[in-house]
Amino acid sequence: MTINTEMPCRVTAITEVAEKVKRFRFERIDGKPMPVFSGGAHVVVAFQTDSGLRRTPYSLMSVPGNTSGYEISVLRVEQSRGGSHFLHDRLELGDEVSLTQPVNLFPIDQRGKKHLLFAGGIGITPFIAMMEQMQRDGETFELHYAIRDRKHGAYWQELTARYGSRVKLYVDAEKTFIPLDMVLGNQPLGTHLYVCGPGGMIDAVLGKATALGWPRPNLHFERFLAPLPGDAFQAVLARSGKTIAVGTHQSILEAVEANGVDAPYMCRGGACGQCETSVVSCNGQILHNDIYLEPQDKASGKKIMICVSRIKGEQITLDI
Amino acid sequence: MLVKGIKSRPVYHGVVIDPNARKHLFVLEGEGALCLADQKAAASELAKADVLYVPHASSNHCRALQDLKLGDLWQAQTIPQLLYRLDVVLAAERMGTRLYIAGTEGFVGQVMRVALGHGIDFNAIKTEHRGSEERRVQCVHCKGITDHVKTQPVQCAHCGLQLLVRDHYSRRIGAFQGVCIDAEEPGTAPAPEVLFS
Repeated sequence: MTINTEMPCRVTAITEVAEKVKRFRFERIDGKPMPVFSGGAHVVVAFQTDSGLRRTPYSLMSVPGNTSGYEISVLRVEQSRGGSHFLHDRLELGDEVSLTQPVNLFPIDQRGKKHLLFAGGIGITPFIAMMEQMQRDGETFELHYAIRDRKHGAYWQELTARYGSRVKLYVDAEKTFIPLDMVLGNQPLGTHLYVCGPGGMIDAVLGKATALGWPRPNLHFERFLAPLPGDAFQAVLARSGKTIAVGTHQSILEAVEANGVDAPYMCRGGACGQCETSVVSCNGQILHNDIYLEPQDKASGKKIMICVSRIKGEQITLDI
Repeated sequence: MLVKGIKSRPVYHGVVIDPNARKHLFVLEGEGALCLADQKAAASELAKADVLYVPHASSNHCRALQDLKLGDLWQAQTIPQLLYRLDVVLAAERMGTRLYIAGTEGFVGQVMRVALGHGIDFNAIKTEHRGSEERRVQCVHCKGITDHVKTQPVQCAHCGLQLLVRDHYSRRIGAFQGVCIDAEEPGTAPAPEVLFS
């Protein structure tokens, strides 16, 4: 059972936007409109690779009200599990992929008086849709965007042209960095903060904000979590009565799906909680890679998020 | 007569000072002053605490506050006067200022309304119920608000209906809901008993 109804789509545009960054446009094969989404939403894109069906979540970056198609931007990651390589090197115009309904785990808090956005590298994508939405709604916002160098940075020219001084650009190669103390130390009451980018950047921004007395409800972040590789092991699906093998570069969820068992999922990134699964038994150690379960849940060994977490050991029995 | 388990009934988790805050803004009423005094906070925390205080009809602890070495202490004569001042203060505050409210439920609710209007998240505000159990009640029929309600039922101060005070609470209005108790047979309302002393 999944809560998603997948939409068969076709690739209708592929654009090179920066070094190692490509934009893909998808339109429905049946010609119907896409659902309206809100800035910060993502879809899970499913595509056929040589090693089977892959499902990867991507933030939507097209205009939220535009239902003619969806656009995502993908960075070609060196230590990729194959998803970004496939999209960059193999996916062509006219190819078929399947998209889930959009889900938003990184929405704008509409009660905020001002919105402060921090993007690092390809973490810019959800903010492009968010800024379109805030521009439309007349919200006050400010983007602080850090890139490696101008060649690798995506969309900084377009964003600067469209939003002017509301976009502040910082370039590692030019030794300009976000002055966190100054930016976070002088914001009006009712400001909300959003950060998306590499883990180190997220930790730095959240840590500095907390140290400056920002309350937790005003802090919003989206981490890119991909399932980490590890040792192969066996998963026993108690309800389905199946014993399946989980490969070194495979998540439990992917192995479950490959064996024809339908398990619920939404973000595939350890954030939403949809794939929370009860552990019946485990003869090894659970390696929790999610940011959803509470520390006591992780310690109990009774729950696992099968989209990103795995075990170091031989066998885990799950209530699926 | 009170139905239990109404989800909107506010829960006050108590005031805990955030040591990371660059400024503490305490908005206190009556016995709420003791909430700050009881904190036994370090002098460095008290020095960055501004207090807006209004005495309650039954208690004035301004002296206790004066004994603390606070950043600033401002005393109002009435709640509306305090709320007006608070509105002006919040308009100039920056992120890093944390808000703490203590006093009767009606007071906490009214201060919360002003704070929410400035975009402060509900969950970021620390609240503590101190003093009387009296309630602020809105009549669902005439929409008038009756304050300092101690009895069940209570007569609406505006339209005169006998109201059953419920646990059902509106954060937007900052009041509990009062519903006519003898609508079917006017005049059959039970005698009021003191329930919120």
